[in-house]
Amino acid sequence: MRSQPTVRTILRTRGIGRRFAGVTALDGIEAEIRAGEVLAIVGENGAGKSTLLKILSGVLPPSSGSLEEVDDDGRTHELRLRSVAEAAQAGIALVHQELNLAENLDLAGAILLGREHHRFGWLDTRSMRAEAAQWLARVGLDLDPSTLCGSLPIAQRQLVEVAKALSTNARILILDEPTSSLSARETERLLAMLDELRRSGVAIVYVSHHLDEVLSVADRVIVLRDGRMAGTLDRASMVRATIERLMVGRTLPPTTARPSLDDAPTRLIAEGVVSAHRRRRPASLTVKRGEIVGLAGLVGAGRTELLEAIAGLGHAGGRITLDGRALTGSIAERVARGLAIVPEDRARHGLFTLDPVRTNVSMAWLPRGAHAGLVDRAGERDLVDGMITRLRLRPADPARRVQTLSGGNQQKTILGRWLSIEPSVLLLDEPTRGVDVGARHDIHEAIRAAATAGCAVLFASSDLEEVLLLADRVLVMHDGAIAGEFLRDAATEVAIMGLATGGAMEAAR
Amino acid sequence: MRKHWGLLGIFVVVCIVTALYGTNFLTAYNLMNLVQRTALFSILALGVGFVIGTGGIDLSLGSVVCLVGIAVPWLLIEHGWSPWVVVPVVLVGSALIGLGHGLLITRLRLQPFLVTLCGLLLYRGIARWMTGDQSQGFQGEFAELRSIAVGRIPVPGLETFRLPATTIPLIALAVIAAIFLTRTVWGRWLLATGSNEAAARYSGIPTGRLVTGAYVACSLLAGLGGMLFIFDVGSAQPSDFGNFYELYAIAAAVLGGCSLRGGSVSVIGIVLGTATLQVLRNSINLLGLGSQLEFAVIGAVLLAGVAADELVRRWHAARLERRGAG
Repeated sequence: MRSQPTVRTILRTRGIGRRFAGVTALDGIEAEIRAGEVLAIVGENGAGKSTLLKILSGVLPPSSGSLEEVDDDGRTHELRLRSVAEAAQAGIALVHQELNLAENLDLAGAILLGREHHRFGWLDTRSMRAEAAQWLARVGLDLDPSTLCGSLPIAQRQLVEVAKALSTNARILILDEPTSSLSARETERLLAMLDELRRSGVAIVYVSHHLDEVLSVADRVIVLRDGRMAGTLDRASMVRATIERLMVGRTLPPTTARPSLDDAPTRLIAEGVVSAHRRRRPASLTVKRGEIVGLAGLVGAGRTELLEAIAGLGHAGGRITLDGRALTGSIAERVARGLAIVPEDRARHGLFTLDPVRTNVSMAWLPRGAHAGLVDRAGERDLVDGMITRLRLRPADPARRVQTLSGGNQQKTILGRWLSIEPSVLLLDEPTRGVDVGARHDIHEAIRAAATAGCAVLFASSDLEEVLLLADRVLVMHDGAIAGEFLRDAATEVAIMGLATGGAMEAAR
Repeated sequence: MRKHWGLLGIFVVVCIVTALYGTNFLTAYNLMNLVQRTALFSILALGVGFVIGTGGIDLSLGSVVCLVGIAVPWLLIEHGWSPWVVVPVVLVGSALIGLGHGLLITRLRLQPFLVTLCGLLLYRGIARWMTGDQSQGFQGEFAELRSIAVGRIPVPGLETFRLPATTIPLIALAVIAAIFLTRTVWGRWLLATGSNEAAARYSGIPTGRLVTGAYVACSLLAGLGGMLFIFDVGSAQPSDFGNFYELYAIAAAVLGGCSLRGGSVSVIGIVLGTATLQVLRNSINLLGLGSQLEFAVIGAVLLAGVAADELVRRWHAARLERRGAG
């Protein structure tokens, strides 16, 4: 049952545009934000979504056009936002895509950061925790407000961010890729929560790469392409194919067909690997030469821990063999044997953000191209230029700092680092989180090409669509152990979810 | 080089002002002294530069200078050891000190500040205890050995200015350090470790060994510097020899553009930063400002330099922000 709230326009953008050093990033945006409605904004990276969000949330002023506030009596007046604080005062709150909770604060402190309760100058911890508990309950998190943020998994931190934005009593809630780190179940919970907020009269602006979510939650969709409005669709005209066509402006080439792997030799064997997962249950798996194996499961099922155990990061028991020889020692020694790992958290574990694309890409290749310890600089240039072309990295500038790249291009940079060493085993954790449709296609194709060249690929993903699209074989993890296995043709979302949530193998079939 | 124009400007201005308003700045004797001091302190600053490059810090190097500087005449004169034994022993000893720091930091995961602060107290205490806090000197002996530091090399075309011999080890070390940092795999990995240790580890870089190596290099260069310092001055007190040298070295590295967050080190910057600090100390003296002001002036210049650097960095970042994104 969906009770219809009163839908009313409360904010309007009038021909908003923004130029950066002579380059137009955004032009002529006409959008209406309505109380009691979810407005989705979609578009590829670089389409102008972030710029629009920054303008709406007071981070950047528009270089042309204006924002108009509509008050209760229907009168409009111009709204000038000079800072995030002013936007907050106007009732606009932004939930960032990057997670920027202070890790050393407890949840109450993080949610009420800057708005701490105090009595005679002393923090009133008890009342802060009481209030924080309410906001946590609102986003469906049953956590003690005295928990430290740093101890939470990424998925829960994202929900805490939402709670934090809600706690400012926002009328307009802007969410930038809120589900990029959530599992299917958590996503569902978040979408249900947004529906509830909508019914209570909050205006929601929702940015996501996941069209499924957009289709299920949005009342209207604005599609951006190259900084302009490619189209506005309402509920009646919202169709996946239409949105995709408007977004990409080109038709994506079909994916490469996968070869038969029936008589491919086994490259990677993991036997009874006990990872850092809290349940300490052993997991065993094999990956053939040229095979792409997907690890599905809910957040916290132990996928990351298993990948890291194979990579030699952190404690692990059990036996791992690569091409018939035991794979042991530190990650450095395993990388020397041809192992590669694309980590889940690319900013923290993957990128040297202040350094250029060139050094980021060549990092693992350096010893392979070196003569007597000296870097082969001509070889490095060729390698990086080649990798930029091969992965369609944009902008195609090896001197560009990776900090300024979009998520998809950052991910391509890390993937390029590992493809440079022509790995024997490629481990990927959430290979396309926060990555747009076009870049996701490029990354998948690069992974398929690596497999075809003989690499054994093992990837973990919370995105079932991705698992079904990319994997030759799917392993489902539940509670620290491998609960079951499907070949490509037998795998369905329903069957995988059944196992991932603790169902039995037989029931899944 | 481009990022050192500001520092070079300060250096030139201080030189010109001192030359115009001070006495004896441009005399051969004074210039020789300046070059000598710059060379000696640069060796220390290069060492700490490696450590700063990994995102760490070494507060103990002044005490290592003291321990080594005191141990050399103590072993040679008091105990009558041969120089052929003493020199290798003190260098290996200082490398072992660095190895200790490195292992405590990478294996036990102690904080660099803490480990080397304890080192600062420990090595000076040992130096004072083993000599009974007595001044140690060469008593006019070992002139040949000391010529490594006090020797002067004639420069063709110049009558009175002769180049201090310490410039030779400095140039050699600076070239090696520069090649290491920019051209070798290990150097690139060292800086990568400094800019994001976790990402470096995930990239298969042996971060523990690199960080340990940086501390070994730092203490080794502090030991070498301590030896050259004592050769230069002839005798020293265990209670004050090398006092604050770690701060001169760190200040020079920071002034030379090394970020204390790690990941960026410039050899030219370090040498130029050291030269600027030494010229400043010299000019305070020659301009008759009173040597009591020395620390205050150095502190103020360092603060101004770092603040200016930060402002320029933000301006660049803002420009990038305006250009990119979308």
